[in-house]
Amino acid sequence: RDFNERCVQCSEVNWGLTDGGRFYCRSCHNVTERTREVVNTDFIGNSRVQTIAKGSRKQEKNDGGCEWYVCEGFQLVLKKQAEALEALGVCPQMKDEILCNFWRCYLQKSKQAYCNRPAGETVKALSVCESSTDVDSEPERSSLLHLLSLSESEGDLLTDCSFASSMSKVSESTSVYSGSVDGSLYVMKNQKEKLLMTMPMTLSFCYMALLWLREPITLSELLRFVVEGHIPYLNVFQHFPEKMKLCGLDLKIFCVESWPVYEEVHNKMLELAAFLDLPRFPDITDSCFLHPDILCIKYLMEANLPDELHNWTCRVVKKIGIGEVDFLTLVPGNKSTRKVKYDILAAAVIIVVLKLLFLLDDHYEWFLSDFAEERNKINKEGSLYFEFKKWYEVVKHSLDVEQKKLDEERAKYLWRCEKPLFYSVKKKSKVLKRREMVVNLQNQFGKLSGSVRRAEKPNPSSFQLSWSEENTDGSCFHGHSLKGILQEKCGLLTAMNPDYWLCTVKLCNEKLCGHLAHYREVDFPQSYHFVLRLFSFLLRIQPSYIHDEVCMIEHKLFNKKLYKKLKYNTVLRK
Amino acid sequence: SSHEHKLNFRKSKEVCLSYIQDAMLQKQWKRAAEFLTFYVESLEKDYSREQVGPSEMIWRIGTEILCHLSHSSMREFNCFIEQMKTLGIKRYLKVCLEHVFHLLCNGQIDEAYQNLSLAESWRFGEQTAIQDKEMKLIQAYRGLLDYYSWSKQKNILLEHGLDGFVDLSVEQEMHSSFRKAAVNLKEIIKIPGVWDLFVKCYVDLLEFYGDHNEAHQVLNEYAYNSRFPANPNAHVYLYQFLKRHGEPKKSLISALKILHDIVPSHELMIDFTTMLQKSKKRKKRRLGLEVIFAVLDYAGWKENVKAWSCLARQVKQIVISEKHLDWIKQEWDCRKDWWPAFHFSRYLAKRNWQENKSLSYEKALVAGILLGKDCKYFKYVSHQGCKAQVKRFRMLKKFVNRHNPVYLRIS
Repeated sequence: RDFNERCVQCSEVNWGLTDGGRFYCRSCHNVTERTREVVNTDFIGNSRVQTIAKGSRKQEKNDGGCEWYVCEGFQLVLKKQAEALEALGVCPQMKDEILCNFWRCYLQKSKQAYCNRPAGETVKALSVCESSTDVDSEPERSSLLHLLSLSESEGDLLTDCSFASSMSKVSESTSVYSGSVDGSLYVMKNQKEKLLMTMPMTLSFCYMALLWLREPITLSELLRFVVEGHIPYLNVFQHFPEKMKLCGLDLKIFCVESWPVYEEVHNKMLELAAFLDLPRFPDITDSCFLHPDILCIKYLMEANLPDELHNWTCRVVKKIGIGEVDFLTLVPGNKSTRKVKYDILAAAVIIVVLKLLFLLDDHYEWFLSDFAEERNKINKEGSLYFEFKKWYEVVKHSLDVEQKKLDEERAKYLWRCEKPLFYSVKKKSKVLKRREMVVNLQNQFGKLSGSVRRAEKPNPSSFQLSWSEENTDGSCFHGHSLKGILQEKCGLLTAMNPDYWLCTVKLCNEKLCGHLAHYREVDFPQSYHFVLRLFSFLLRIQPSYIHDEVCMIEHKLFNKKLYKKLKYNTVLRK
Repeated sequence: SSHEHKLNFRKSKEVCLSYIQDAMLQKQWKRAAEFLTFYVESLEKDYSREQVGPSEMIWRIGTEILCHLSHSSMREFNCFIEQMKTLGIKRYLKVCLEHVFHLLCNGQIDEAYQNLSLAESWRFGEQTAIQDKEMKLIQAYRGLLDYYSWSKQKNILLEHGLDGFVDLSVEQEMHSSFRKAAVNLKEIIKIPGVWDLFVKCYVDLLEFYGDHNEAHQVLNEYAYNSRFPANPNAHVYLYQFLKRHGEPKKSLISALKILHDIVPSHELMIDFTTMLQKSKKRKKRRLGLEVIFAVLDYAGWKENVKAWSCLARQVKQIVISEKHLDWIKQEWDCRKDWWPAFHFSRYLAKRNWQENKSLSYEKALVAGILLGKDCKYFKYVSHQGCKAQVKRFRMLKKFVNRHNPVYLRIS
């Protein structure tokens, strides 16, 4: 209503607003290109595609599609993910307040919305098909061509032969193809400049929101739920509305062909938190789920270890100060402190405790176990002494069974969905035919194999291994006692084991080689490897990452001794 | 081994394939089928740079599974194969051909013929030229089936001919089948390769219509053209043809020469050695001895009376004539280390005597000459024979005793 310019056609000042948000002259019905800034506050809650970008917007194209921007797509993805998390028990605050505020902030900072000149505008000429060559876009186009001809190690989406053959046409017309308006921009631009969205980053957003709310889900759990299909990630684009047509470069953005990687999601989350200039996150205190004292309880239970070990984990945590609020709480942008990975940290603490009490040098733990076994034979009453050997046998058996199941699941993992993907309309019929054939073959051989297609996903559960004290076969070790391996000295309970071996004497520089230490199975005792393997399975990450954390903890724990030794050595050399 | 927790499309299909492989190796066909259902979506991804892509994998694995799962019908199989044909243009004719083989193995001759005709008429730009080999095979097999029809029609006519009926339409069909078959069969046997069945059929056709020259030509080419791989059957076919047409012994002998070189243990070697032995030429007789000794080097001939009687006859002749004892010596030199244990042990003596008196007779004669009258075999058999009062054994004993010095000269 503040528009006071004269109409170009009839020189009147009599403006109205079209449905598309454009000004039109009421006298001569001339529609202008000027629009009103529209910020729709009904942001994430509405399932229709929301208008957040400005500029001319064609409502309908020939194929029934509409113009849409990539970040609208991601917005939908986040919405779906948040809903799924809510269904899993996360508080509704996460979706309605935290996540959407993070998202809004991101859009603003990356200049994709909520600002004067959205970045998408200049790209329009490139991404609409059959438009004439735009001189300005020449340099961008050549680099885009270059990008298109590269093949990725993962999604080989661009190595499709027929797509390559249509590439020769790109030089003639700028049919750099994407269903979205700014798809090519997303693929082309240097990621570091503006932190453009990727699918793994949606999980970073989720985790960030969960962390802000201190919800009882760890990152490893979140990623496991994603892989198990409880949180939309793979093929989430099938939930996009019909009008949002995906093709061409959109596939590269939204089509996922690999499981999310812990390190990648975590690092992106940190980057994101810094990018958004977020303040210090809410404190992680000792009553929070993510605090090592609490998380250790969970993992001890899951690993079928005695509850008594919890005293020891708490002692270690306290001694090296990793239970402190300032240590645990995330302060974005602070590059000096090492970022805490709560799940890996808790697992590592447990492993260090096991090493303290059992040594795990492939000899001592079995010796202690024999001793406990003898005692248990004689004394059948009261609580049983914890026998490492029995525990190892029971847990190994279950672990092997579960690992085997997991391996089969990996082999049976399905990546494609009912909604087919195609780069261009030309490819559509071929893709659809292929899809039809795949479905036919699946049915044919499915019937032959006699197996019922598992339509139901298994229910999401926080515990992958569970042990019940009600089992009479003695396979649950929660209530077992550590008496056999402890002794009293000066009123304090200490381990009978006098020794300890360090995983590594010197820590690597993480910033240079990415790891604190380099784990090779052959270099370490088998018991240690087994324990690493156990937690590696539970957390779904490589053993080496847990090993790194163990090294870190050990160095904090034995800091003084190490420091003394170093000092002693240097003195000698002088 | 660290368990990977990362996974991408390619890797998961690799892993899936290894599960299929394991299941197939253990003949767990249902399990293989189960994993195949998870593998097939790799058709939706481009693998154009790989050597063996998913479409070929699925074709081959699917075929294997369908063959072994008993409750899968031919209809299912055909339906599956039709889908496979559309998958890989570069493989189209190969898939057709293998489909035809499968149909033939299941007795579906007519369907096989239809498929061959269909495949023969397929054209697809430059692919037609690239898949030229497969096309030739398809034509060849159609020729084979045409021969099969011809053969059936011929038999019908022969039967009815006895009844006095002459069915013109069947006769016309028969000739038409002949023409179709002849064209294709002739083509394929031009290409160097092993075409036993095709050659036989073609020669049969030619013989029936009286074109013996052409047939002879074809068989000669097949046996003697150096571009063709060495093939014992080629020589057998030639020999049989020559024999059928009453060719002189000289031709027959020359036809079998190469066969002796390639397969010294061939069953025709008996015929060969018999012909050679009767020859007037010394060289041929010498060869005859060589041939029969070579035959008996093989375990399959150990208990063959005919072979032993050939050898016995030749050895006896030489001993009586007292000429060419050096022939025997030459042949025996390289065999005297192992033939005694191989043929003339005491155990064998007992067994041969019990099971086959004629065998033991012939063998005893040979043993007696080569190893002397005191050898285990001869002693046992002749003793048994004389005990049983069988006349020829008594004569044998006398003969060997008389010629014992021969042994000394050849050992």
